[in-house]
Amino acid sequence: MEIRSIQAETVTKTVKKLFTDCNYFIGDDIMNALKNAEKTEKSPVGKSVLSQIIENDEIAKNEMIPLCQDTGMAVLFVEYGDRVVIEDGSFEQAVNQGVREAYEEGYLRKSIVADPVFDRINTKDNTPAVIHTRIVSGNQIKILAGGKGFGSENMSAIKMITPSYGVEGVKSFILDTVRKAGPNPCPPIVVGVGIGGDFEVCAELAKKATFRSIDTQNSDARYAALEQELLEKINKMGFGPAGLGGNTTAIGVNIETAPTHIAGMPVAVNICCHAARHKSAVI
Amino acid sequence: MKKITLPLKDEDIKNLKAGDSVLLTGTMITGRDAAHKRLFELIEKGEKLPVDIKGETIYYVGPAPAKPPYAVGPAGPTSSYRMDKYAPALMDNGLKGMIGKGARNQDVIDAIVRNGGVYFAAIGGAAALIAKSIKIEELICYEDLGTEAVRRYTVEDFPCIVVIDSKGNNIYQTEPPKYNTENL
Repeated sequence: MEIRSIQAETVTKTVKKLFTDCNYFIGDDIMNALKNAEKTEKSPVGKSVLSQIIENDEIAKNEMIPLCQDTGMAVLFVEYGDRVVIEDGSFEQAVNQGVREAYEEGYLRKSIVADPVFDRINTKDNTPAVIHTRIVSGNQIKILAGGKGFGSENMSAIKMITPSYGVEGVKSFILDTVRKAGPNPCPPIVVGVGIGGDFEVCAELAKKATFRSIDTQNSDARYAALEQELLEKINKMGFGPAGLGGNTTAIGVNIETAPTHIAGMPVAVNICCHAARHKSAVI
Repeated sequence: MKKITLPLKDEDIKNLKAGDSVLLTGTMITGRDAAHKRLFELIEKGEKLPVDIKGETIYYVGPAPAKPPYAVGPAGPTSSYRMDKYAPALMDNGLKGMIGKGARNQDVIDAIVRNGGVYFAAIGGAAALIAKSIKIEELICYEDLGTEAVRRYTVEDFPCIVVIDSKGNNIYQTEPPKYNTENL
């Protein structure tokens, strides 16, 4: 395959649009789930919360403003074709420039501090982005991007479960994590689960799972059934929309898996609010 | 739906019950993590605060920038528990109301009861909708904190729900169990 040149500016423009779009326009998967939940929610307060969320997301779309003030930490999953060369810049700089332009020109909130513990001074342009890159064969760049809010991120957890705990151990850790989160992560939530890999791979899978549309399911029927079972169990907990009581605590459970070690069965749960924002593009 | 004017009157607070849906009209101040840390440290040192919190209601929010021609940007609540370490000291120094989202710890609930205060929840993630009720935004202090600066909002019919009332009743505790069907 021929080597293909891509201008850094093309990467920047693509990334900029992904971040403005994901913050203004909620996905059809989420909107449909919210509208269905509004019909099935038993709590009158919960129903009213859902209708206000739907109205909110429509205002954001029509006025092209962020649907949530927490426009998130910029996270990208990149499949970078090994036949691609970036002209006039580097890939990472081009991505961060796209994030910078989206957040500065798109009226998005700048939420990143440079030092986590001591200074905590805002970088003022929402960079640096979190970039997960996988080198693949080919001459394209595929980008899946989203702004991840931290109200829900803070409710996430990881556990190095061992094999003897089996699927019951996996389920109880996921359910415990959702129960501990309670009303805090802006329910109804999307629960991203990563199982397998090692410590950091399962966390990355969990994040990637929150970036998968909730009208899809795991391609392995066993995990697809687990997604459905967990969703039903979570919705029996009673937290409901905004945590004010009801039968709509989650609108989706997405599981992603990877091969793991004979001694391990790590599980990560990345919780996302109802503003589960992600968009993708191919360059 | 109860209509309440800000600043809150003690009489109004007394009549608010956990679970009441309310529309707030008047002025409130804003502040979240970084501003709370600074205010708390000043209180600990016995120094004067750069914002008068007596009788005030504080909204835990870090808004997105305003897109012209709108006066304010999307401004939904942030998680309140991160302010739990600081909230009792602020209430003991005159703060009456708090607006945020999510659970509070027992220290905060005790401070609400002790000071005759109230905790409201706004709907997390309804930032664009909530911004419609915010008419004027003015900077009070801590401009260097950017979105975390302390501002004054003039609001009209700002929608929220009483979650913890002045007697300590808490609907995050009482409502979800009514819809829990795990053991059915």
